[in-house]
Amino acid sequence: METAPPLLRFDGVTCRFGEVTAVGGVTCDIAAGCFVAMVGASGSGKSTLLKTVNTLVEPTGGRVLFAGEDVSELPPARLRRRVGYVFQGIGLFPHFSVAENIAIGPRLAGEKLAPARIAELLELVELDPAYSARMPDELSGGQRQRVGVARALAGEPELLIMDEPFGALDPVTRDALGRKVRELHGRLGLTTVMVTHDMAEALLLADRVVVMDKGAMVADATPHALLAGEGGAVAQRLVSVPREQAERLAAMELRG
Amino acid sequence: MQEIWDILPGLGDKLAAHVVLAASAIALAMLIALPMAVWAGRSRTVSRIALSLASLVQTIPALALLALFFPLLLSLRSVFGEGLPTLGFLPALMALTLYALLPILRNAVTAQANLDEGVLEAADGVGMTKWQKLVLVEAPLSAPFIMAGIRTASVWTIGAATLATTIGQPSLGDPIFAGLQTQNWALVLAGCLASAGLALAADNLLWVIEVGLARRKRWMTYGGMAIVVLGILAALWGQRSDETERPIVIASKQFSEQYILAQLIGSRLEAAGYTVEYRDGLGSAVVHSAVASSSVDISVDYTGTIWANFLKRADNPGREAMYETIREWEARQNGVKVLGRLGFENAYAFAMRSDRAQELGVTSLADLVGKGGALTVGGDPEFFERPEWLAVRDAYGLRFGKTRNFAPTFMYDALRSGEADVISAYTSDGRIAADKLVVLADPKAALPSYDALLLLSPRIAEDPGVAAALQPLLGAITVEAMREANFAVDREDAGKLTPKQAAEQLRKRVEIGK
Ligand SMILES: Nc1ncnc2c1ncn2[C@@H]1O[C@H](COP(=O)(O)OP(=O)(O)O)[C@@H](O)[C@H]1O
Ligand SMILES: [Mg+2]
Repeated sequence: METAPPLLRFDGVTCRFGEVTAVGGVTCDIAAGCFVAMVGASGSGKSTLLKTVNTLVEPTGGRVLFAGEDVSELPPARLRRRVGYVFQGIGLFPHFSVAENIAIGPRLAGEKLAPARIAELLELVELDPAYSARMPDELSGGQRQRVGVARALAGEPELLIMDEPFGALDPVTRDALGRKVRELHGRLGLTTVMVTHDMAEALLLADRVVVMDKGAMVADATPHALLAGEGGAVAQRLVSVPREQAERLAAMELRG
Repeated sequence: MQEIWDILPGLGDKLAAHVVLAASAIALAMLIALPMAVWAGRSRTVSRIALSLASLVQTIPALALLALFFPLLLSLRSVFGEGLPTLGFLPALMALTLYALLPILRNAVTAQANLDEGVLEAADGVGMTKWQKLVLVEAPLSAPFIMAGIRTASVWTIGAATLATTIGQPSLGDPIFAGLQTQNWALVLAGCLASAGLALAADNLLWVIEVGLARRKRWMTYGGMAIVVLGILAALWGQRSDETERPIVIASKQFSEQYILAQLIGSRLEAAGYTVEYRDGLGSAVVHSAVASSSVDISVDYTGTIWANFLKRADNPGREAMYETIREWEARQNGVKVLGRLGFENAYAFAMRSDRAQELGVTSLADLVGKGGALTVGGDPEFFERPEWLAVRDAYGLRFGKTRNFAPTFMYDALRSGEADVISAYTSDGRIAADKLVVLADPKAALPSYDALLLLSPRIAEDPGVAAALQPLLGAITVEAMREANFAVDREDAGKLTPKQAAEQLRKRVEIGK
């Protein structure tokens, strides 16, 4: 059992959009320093749940506590600077250069980010500092997502939330970026929640995997426990996909 | 062609006034439309109401919209006092601003609706407040589309501003309206060319700004803006002389006689050392109120017109009584001074070809009694509805075989070709002399008199210098002299004169006559 107080606590969070219940009563603690992967089918409520953390979505029921404080009582602008967010659609500002995109969080806080710090952030995500003068439409998809990660890290956040950050990337870039993020997580002492479609990615990167299904959290287990067959039917169905793929690949190798 | 090039350099004042008017209207429209668009972006109801109202305004013809502000401002005087201008810059600005709202509003609303959802979410996500999001993200990303709307609005406004002439605001419409009336096509073309040139220049400049915004080329954006600002400043500088001693403003309605008399009055005042300004081509209904409110200073009006339209009277007490009543009424009611009569009338009358009149033995309306059954009478399209016609018909018991409507210019052709035997005519019309027509006498004085009057606004009513300069014109212009001058301007052949030239001839005649 974890002994540290949770950095993030969902307490019976419910989100309804008219008839649709996107999130139906999720309760879950995330400890500081933990790397959590969130897996689930499209439309299962992952993005909605994560948006309640920085109050982009207001829950219709329950509460979200960040470092012990109810997020609905924190000033939104200040809260959002403490939470680094990498968006599903990247969301770089097309009229800002790479440097301006990265510096936007601190700039809003009234602080000017030094060029050296921008170069350092670019190096963190393995981009040449010379890219800082480029505009977003002069970058590849992978480079853009790296800038998105650098922007999320620029304000030295306590919590990093990534919503399908690598969805649109090729497998090689995706794998490299995944490892990079995990490394930064350790190096910078972050708490990270990452949404992904890909159970293999979740199992390989995370300390803990939660599974969402139709707005409910149906599993919450370590990768080891999941591989050992725990976590219930929905989770096991998701785990079986990469496992079978791996077994088939191993069999092919054996046959030569 | 050469003529046009000669006219263009003289249009500087009009161009400056045009630029200042159009730029003010666009600026005001932006000031209203942009905050409204922001509001509309946050509420669908506001968006729908704002866009429908702006579209509704667009369906009103620009000319009507301009004219509507006159009565509106007149009624607002009860709230804001007599100082509220009802003609000129203010109503023109208000009408053009309304007209410019739609393209700016529509583009701004559309631009906001089409912003990338992900980018807006990121703006919230990085911690922007609503205001920061508006200034840092929504505004710059919408700017090229909004600029396109401003461009459209500018081209429309510059075109529509030519119509401001009709409500007494100087613009490039002045040469267009004056030229249309006196059939001086070089003047019309010069005005059109200048306003089209201005619209094109504005369109291209704003396009440069728009492209600069879209491609984030600062030198294009700021360069374009700098030129626009310089142009507006130059126009303001060009207008600055207007802020010193106000010249005497001479108004004219939209027909040749009025243009000629305005020039005649102007040349006399200039000779006496006054500076004058012409406000040509005002709507007929507007001129009288313009004098009464001192928006213009001098106009020529006609007793019959004032009698029916402003005193709202239908009786006919006779020429002298009518004149005296009007004089007294103008002074008491409006503070307008009727300086006197010019000597001629521009009345409704009946005219016949002289050979036909001789053949029938007709010299007056009374002679037509009993002969009318075989004759056709022609009138302008409204004539047979007018009180003048009813009065004549009933006074003499006239009955004609047929009545036919003709456009005024074709009435004389109809008489020549025999399609009409008698026509309604204006007594000072130059074609009466040119076609050697007989004007039938009116022994029963059934037709009201239309003595040409010189009206002075309250501002200059007591100016002895003005009265002295204009005194020689009183009673000095015979109907024959006026007809000749009108004909010289209306004719299409080589003898055609500009109103200024005709006024010059008329002046010589008046001075010799004295
Ligand atoms: N702003 C919204 N308005 C209405 N329905 C929404 C909104 N956002 C999400 N939903 C609905 O909530 C459900 C969960 O969506 P989402 O959280 O985006 O799922 P996921 O990220 O797991 O794919 C979906 O059915 C989606 O259509
Ligand atoms: Mg999602």
